[in-house]
Amino acid sequence: MTAADIVKEPSMLKQKEMIAHNYDLLTSAEARGQKVASTFVPGNLNELIRCFGLLNNLPEINAIQNGMRQLSGDYILEAEKRGHSEDVCTYVKADLGMMAKGNLAPNGKPLPKPDVLLLSYTGCFTFMKWFELVREQYQCPTIMLQVPYQGDGQITQNMRDYIVKQLKEEVIPTLEKVSGVKFDIDRLREHLAASAKAEDDLVWVLETGKLKPSPIDAYFGGVYYIGPIFTAFRGTQDAIDYYRLLRQEIEARIAAGLGPITPEGTMAKQKYRLVVEGPPNWTSFRELWKMFYDEGAVVVASTYTKVGGTYDLGFRHDPNHPLESLADYCLGCYTNRNLPQRVDLLQKYLTEYEADGLLINSIKSCNSFSAGQLMMMRTLERRTGKPGAFIETDLVDPRYFSAANVKNRLESYFQMIDQKRKVAATTGVHA
Amino acid sequence: MNTRQTLVERCSALFEDLSFGASRAWKDAQPGRKVVAYMPVYVPRELIHAAGMLPLGILGAGESLEVIHGDAYYQSYICRIPRSTLELGITGRLDFVEGFLFPSICDVIRNLSGIWKLQFPDVYVRYFDVPQNYVDGIGGSYYRRELEELKEGLEHLAGRLITPEALRASITLYNENRRLIAGLYALRTERPWQVPSSELYLVVRAGMVLPVEDHNQLLKDYHAAAVEEELPIRDKSRIVLSGVFCEQPPLSLIKAIEMAGCYIVDDDFMLITRWLLQDVPLDGDPLQNLVDAFLHHSAETSAKYQPEAKLKGQYLVDAVKGTKAEGVIFAAPSFCDPALLERPMLQTKLDATLVPHIGFKYAENSGQMQPVREQAGTFADSIKLWSNP
Ligand code: SF4
Ligand code: SF4
Repeated sequence: MTAADIVKEPSMLKQKEMIAHNYDLLTSAEARGQKVASTFVPGNLNELIRCFGLLNNLPEINAIQNGMRQLSGDYILEAEKRGHSEDVCTYVKADLGMMAKGNLAPNGKPLPKPDVLLLSYTGCFTFMKWFELVREQYQCPTIMLQVPYQGDGQITQNMRDYIVKQLKEEVIPTLEKVSGVKFDIDRLREHLAASAKAEDDLVWVLETGKLKPSPIDAYFGGVYYIGPIFTAFRGTQDAIDYYRLLRQEIEARIAAGLGPITPEGTMAKQKYRLVVEGPPNWTSFRELWKMFYDEGAVVVASTYTKVGGTYDLGFRHDPNHPLESLADYCLGCYTNRNLPQRVDLLQKYLTEYEADGLLINSIKSCNSFSAGQLMMMRTLERRTGKPGAFIETDLVDPRYFSAANVKNRLESYFQMIDQKRKVAATTGVHA
Repeated sequence: MNTRQTLVERCSALFEDLSFGASRAWKDAQPGRKVVAYMPVYVPRELIHAAGMLPLGILGAGESLEVIHGDAYYQSYICRIPRSTLELGITGRLDFVEGFLFPSICDVIRNLSGIWKLQFPDVYVRYFDVPQNYVDGIGGSYYRRELEELKEGLEHLAGRLITPEALRASITLYNENRRLIAGLYALRTERPWQVPSSELYLVVRAGMVLPVEDHNQLLKDYHAAAVEEELPIRDKSRIVLSGVFCEQPPLSLIKAIEMAGCYIVDDDFMLITRWLLQDVPLDGDPLQNLVDAFLHHSAETSAKYQPEAKLKGQYLVDAVKGTKAEGVIFAAPSFCDPALLERPMLQTKLDATLVPHIGFKYAENSGQMQPVREQAGTFADSIKLWSNP
């Protein structure tokens, strides 16, 4: 079956439509007089932004889109030509390069100048520098929402109070000023209730990775599943509908005993069940995915699908505690958790999803994710007895994707798992 | 006798001693003493001191230590300071340290705090978060509570309470330390030939491992010696060195810049010693005074958010003006996000005020200084050319 033959499932079509519509709204915002907030994915305040009638433009999503459409390489070179170091996060450079080259959305029309930069930096310092850089160009109001890091592996009342105070005294008043709309907490409650509904279904979907065979791929497929909730749609009816559809499709797949859908159709054999840590590579996304499904490797759980919220750990946006729940949401995002917490979460995945092992895709760009991953891997190997493997790629810089290297690594990793199984079969000792 | 040479030799020995003999000696001098390490760029050392413990600044392992274990923990595209620091830990060189503070400078140091927790479970490890919001009732309240938590943690570790009197006494000593260092920096700005930067660096760096009382004396002695002994004036260009606030360049790099015809008249080495820009007041609640000083009178660096767009990068322009510098050399550790993301914004600001600049990257173990000498030399020459048309 070729990619062209694939029948797209209704949820895929729905998401495609939602994204296209959102880009159309964004690129027509100026003409229609609608205001736009630029903000980041982890810890985004979509429900709040929507209370003010603002549209939400997410630079990482633009970078991902450009990565998948093979445009980011040029954008990165453009940014480097303008003095940005080859050493820093390529999302930032893809964004700055895109701005320098006309700031075109996937629909070919220019993205609007934001009316406000909402800098909620959760889990990564680079966000702070990123918006300082972007601010230079737009000269628009910039709101900073600092989210303290869970250094000791817990959310303290002081952290929560700090975020709520910032929301009340700085974020909300500035959004009121920028939008001209008065804040209505009941409207926020409605959005939060809508978020929670969709979040329930997302968690249900992600947890089907525990089944054998797994009806989903929780990494390559997972990045599509998190799309609406991580971006501009959390808190909307569209998101509720999307996740309902998705859930129904997966229910049907489970009933039929089918595996996940890949670009080349339904995955038939599932030889290896993996947990993946780290973001995917976007410039060779399909190629990387193929290296997995060709070998019968399915990803049953991943941490990247938790960067925009760790809903599977129980968190839900809560209309009864609107601002506190926004605070807890920001504080709980995956990269805002300390390393021991990240290790514990991965250990839980390896065990509960009955995975054969852990694969780390270490991203050159991203210190937030990557600094410490080797230690994480070794700790997990020790704790679970399951083998780990390490590949190195980048997010959107095609120069750092070496297909041959990655393929070699994966092949020897799969051999290692085979060998472990053989030993277990002959000795009766299971890892 | 405390000649310049003997003082610098002493500092040099402290700098080279990766077993931290001086800090160990302090600890061994009395039973029950404890040591709390910290990384760049800022922690309130006054609190550690007021608990009767020794604050110990860890700035990586420099160029001489061969990193064997650390490389197994870090990918090649991550700066060097976390791996060499881990090397110090794994090889037992920090086995006398009971606490370790990791300030919020970047994701690498942030994550290192977690590695330390996993690797050294018996050490009191705290990620020291600071506010990026400088409003008293918002960032200030948050920071106050963070300091209270840190204080409680340190009290628990020390086995004694930090009284307001003890904290005031510590603030007094660190106020003096900051004044003495500011005095040396001012002397260097005024007469850079009298205070070579490679010496000033070592003298200030000694404060990372010595008790503050000893360091204050050392600073006084060096100042006196530096004023006394006249050194020849050379025809060099005055430059500000920017970006060296975390992983340290090898000493040979500082020397190479100086030998290439530059007087370094300002820098961002060991910002902790110059983070608070004024004396912390002694009256009233000393903990609150530390909060206020951080919020309203602290140095700027790329790890800090600048809420005012038009003030972004102004600190460097001010440093250039304040020291009558003729140019800026950006030196940043390879893969250092804070320094390398900040640099283009600083460059824009300098370009707007026609301040010339060059930039390069280094690692704490960079061996080849020839390119640096050439670049800095050409830069110094071109400054001369522009200023004497
Ligand atoms: S460093 Fe990582 S988390 Fe931060 S902006 Fe870049 S990709 Fe995102
Ligand atoms: S050198 Fe830069 S990136 Fe590395 S730990 Fe220090 S501040 Fe972070």
